[in-house]
Amino acid sequence: MDDPGVSEKLSGCSVGIAGAGGLGSNAAMALARSGVGRLVIVDFDRVEASNLNRQYFFLDQVGEYKVEALMENIRRATRDCFVEIMNKKLEKGSMHEPFVDVDVVVEALDDARTKADFIEDIMVNLPGKPLVAASGVAGIGGSERITVERFGDLRIVEDHQALSSDEDVLLSPKVGVFAHHQANLVLEILLGGGK
Amino acid sequence: MTITVNGRKVEYRQGESVNRLLKRMRYNFPLVIVKVNGTIVNREDHIRTEIDDGDEIQVIHLTSGG
Repeated sequence: MDDPGVSEKLSGCSVGIAGAGGLGSNAAMALARSGVGRLVIVDFDRVEASNLNRQYFFLDQVGEYKVEALMENIRRATRDCFVEIMNKKLEKGSMHEPFVDVDVVVEALDDARTKADFIEDIMVNLPGKPLVAASGVAGIGGSERITVERFGDLRIVEDHQALSSDEDVLLSPKVGVFAHHQANLVLEILLGGGK
Repeated sequence: MTITVNGRKVEYRQGESVNRLLKRMRYNFPLVIVKVNGTIVNREDHIRTEIDDGDEIQVIHLTSGG
């Protein structure tokens, strides 16, 4: 079913994505394809060959800045999404700044400390801003353990039993489940079902 | 005289800091976000923030990967 009401509503929405790795690149593509009108994507890294087992990039993009490669990939899928990119490293204390004017923020960072810093910055500096985070992305299988915990405006897609990515593999299937879980929550929030 | 930690009733201890509560609960994860009565307590403030009787505490644990 093609619901004109949904696409119309989403086209007027904006989503911020912190990180353009496994979570961010896949969530961004899903949100752009869904018809979200504006994405603000922040990352400082370049695409590496080792990223291609889970991140939405291609062989010929190795070496490019992730935000630029991702913008290009989104533009290959749709022209209805206005993509704003910031090629910068988020620094504790000001991590919220690129996301002041978006409707929902997606935490798509990699290490736990950066995730915690980011969540704190958003919750302290942008109270009331819906935030969708992820924790426990590493590993194989265990999809049935993945749940959404809600703490006010913060929702965390999580696998309690997952090991850290220093101790377990990061691969496309589970990372993709998390990224799409996050994107699906974003749509729910934007369309009013999850508020 | 109880507090609630992640939905579970726990004994209240007078003068206990967030930091000490995390230790008592054996929450040894390196990276947590703590909310007391819905308000986030920055990690730098865990040592000096005291828990009051009846407080509701949420401890959110984060694991690397993304």
